[in-house]
Amino acid sequence: MSVLREAFKALRLTAVLWLLTVVIYTLPLLAVGQGLFPAQANGSLLRNAGGQVLGSSLIGQPFASDRYVWSRPSAVDYSTGKTAPTSAPSNLGPTNPDLVKRIRETAATYAQAGIARPAADLLYASGSGLDPHITPEAARQQIPRLAAARSLPSAQLEQLILRHTQGRVLGLIGEPRVNVLTLNHALDQQRP
Amino acid sequence: MTDLFQVVVFVALVLATAPVLGKHLFQVFDGQPQPLFDRWLTPLENGVLRLVGERGRPAEQAWDYLRPLLLSNLLFGLLALAFLLLQPPWLNPQGLPPMRWDTALHTAISFLTNTDQQHYTPEQSLSDLSQLGALQFLFFTSAATGLAVGFAFIRGLCGRPLGNFNSDLIRAITRVLIPLSFLFALVLLVNGAPMTLAGPVTLKTLEGADQILVRGPVAGYEAIKQIGENGGGFFGANSAHPFENPNPFTNLLAMVAMFAVPAATIDAFGRFLGNRRQATLLLLLVTVLFLALAAVAIGAEQSGNPLLAAWLSGPNLEGKEVRFGAGITALFATITTGSMTGAVNGAMDSLLPLGGLVPLFNLFLQVIFGGQGTGVAYLLVFLILTVFLTGLMVGRTPELFGRKVEKGEIVWSSLILLIHPLFVLVPAAITLAYAPTLSGISNPGSHGISQVVYEYASASANNGSGFEGLGDGTLWWNLSTIVSLLGGRYLPIAALLLLAAGFARKTKVPPGPGTLATDTALFTMVTGVVILILGALTFFPVLALGPIAEAFSLIGAP
Repeated sequence: MSVLREAFKALRLTAVLWLLTVVIYTLPLLAVGQGLFPAQANGSLLRNAGGQVLGSSLIGQPFASDRYVWSRPSAVDYSTGKTAPTSAPSNLGPTNPDLVKRIRETAATYAQAGIARPAADLLYASGSGLDPHITPEAARQQIPRLAAARSLPSAQLEQLILRHTQGRVLGLIGEPRVNVLTLNHALDQQRP
Repeated sequence: MTDLFQVVVFVALVLATAPVLGKHLFQVFDGQPQPLFDRWLTPLENGVLRLVGERGRPAEQAWDYLRPLLLSNLLFGLLALAFLLLQPPWLNPQGLPPMRWDTALHTAISFLTNTDQQHYTPEQSLSDLSQLGALQFLFFTSAATGLAVGFAFIRGLCGRPLGNFNSDLIRAITRVLIPLSFLFALVLLVNGAPMTLAGPVTLKTLEGADQILVRGPVAGYEAIKQIGENGGGFFGANSAHPFENPNPFTNLLAMVAMFAVPAATIDAFGRFLGNRRQATLLLLLVTVLFLALAAVAIGAEQSGNPLLAAWLSGPNLEGKEVRFGAGITALFATITTGSMTGAVNGAMDSLLPLGGLVPLFNLFLQVIFGGQGTGVAYLLVFLILTVFLTGLMVGRTPELFGRKVEKGEIVWSSLILLIHPLFVLVPAAITLAYAPTLSGISNPGSHGISQVVYEYASASANNGSGFEGLGDGTLWWNLSTIVSLLGGRYLPIAALLLLAAGFARKTKVPPGPGTLATDTALFTMVTGVVILILGALTFFPVLALGPIAEAFSLIGAP
């Protein structure tokens, strides 16, 4: 009898807490997001002049053409292709021979493209497989290739990279970085 | 240099918020009149208490506190399991099918126990309804359950009745977890964490490939994931995913969020005891231990991988995001395992041997700030054992907070410390004995041993991070880690409550000349040594087989 009463109390507790933590907590956040910050709340989408979605300024994309700045290696190919959506690192251990092999092969690809010793972030795969950034050094190393492919002066590319570089918060928190997607989008607009 | 600065900023923020939030926690769980700034929450709290029909009669026995805890946790788990097993078409924009039964059971128990191991890919497995209705719900209830136990334990050690579980659970949610999470969610939202039910976007990349971007109600989910020390990601990449953790600023806040509540709980303990010096010393002790471990992890990752020196130089960036860098990712790894959160902003599996040793060591100790509520309880258990050991050494009657430490306390304390190695080492030994069929090891050599041990340590410590290369989506892994999840959660909770209830019933003895003061720097240092010796001795053999052996293999590498 008293057990039954306690069970009913636990049932009421479960129901009330579910409403509180799922519905009452979430709805105002959805309202604030959609009402006041729709750009962020919907995924920081990047659109072209025609309103077509080109990507998210927070999510990276793979690039292989000489006309674009290349992103970091991704264990999930930036969630592209016909596969189901995903995000993951390579999870290769530091002593795994497969890691050494992959680094060697990626380094060879860059050597063919004229970069003898690429910045480390161009060889290491990212944590999310969707990293939108590379280091400023990694971006600058690609200037000669871009300049040739797009017939643009190096100085102009240098300027463009600077414009898409974010520094540390207050000069001290986080790492300086270049957003590859917004930079490449800007490149396309320079000379379509 | 910037790493050092960021560590200093982080620790300063944690230590600065601890007394503020600690005072608040004290007022909430002491049932004192509320200050003006959160009096507006009182109607919400009272409304919930009335709807539930809880009059808040304090428990007389440990069982009176434990019974409603187990009963409600059972119902929370069943409700979540129903969402995962059914996964109805509502708020299911990708039309995802129900989860396989063993993965659903593992997921429900993993989130119910505040662990959040994930043996599935969220983007391909869970609808928005499941993320909210099952996982976000358990984020709140599991964190509140931990907080309730922590404060019941504190009350018992301070000689008070344990309190009322349902009231504690509700107060933890209405006055602590929801307000903190709501504020944090707003900051995350402004910085780019999505908050929508609109479903994924399919697009053509600049080079014409098809890309699917999964979105969802991320900001609200992410906030309680960090504040409640839960750690289960909305996305597979967890806090490395730009939607969960868009920039270095949100990353700093996410790190502070993981330590904020456990640090404040230690501060609140001092207020309950009426001896804030005792709490401050314990807080400094875990801070010093944390800084030492963080230094090892950051140093290891910054030094880089010698096997790759032919092609690159500098810190180890494998599995790390450019916006955080190697040092901050190592710091995050130390915080997330010290605090039993388990969120990761980079690949734990790809950390260098010593960078991976630190998280594993944290999982063994369980007190470097520790889990929501349970962290301070384990820390006080170490204090009890230190009183006993030093009492034996100098021939004094062991006393703590004016009460005698006797056989009962030592039995329960020893049990609490032995449960953890039992649920880590035994299943790890079984899995490694049948490694080819059971283990799913993905990295060869010593690293594979680390993968297996880490998975059980993470389950039993209720942490949830993992060396995720491990092929853990199997029937064996799901069922065997369930044993560690449940054993590592509910057995210590029961033992903690029994210990505290027994301690509160003892008559208070006035301090005499034979009393050993516990609120001194010397005694705190001895406690630190006891923590390291007991933690290290129990687990040293597996550390030697895993990360230490791997570290030696890198010495003298080309």
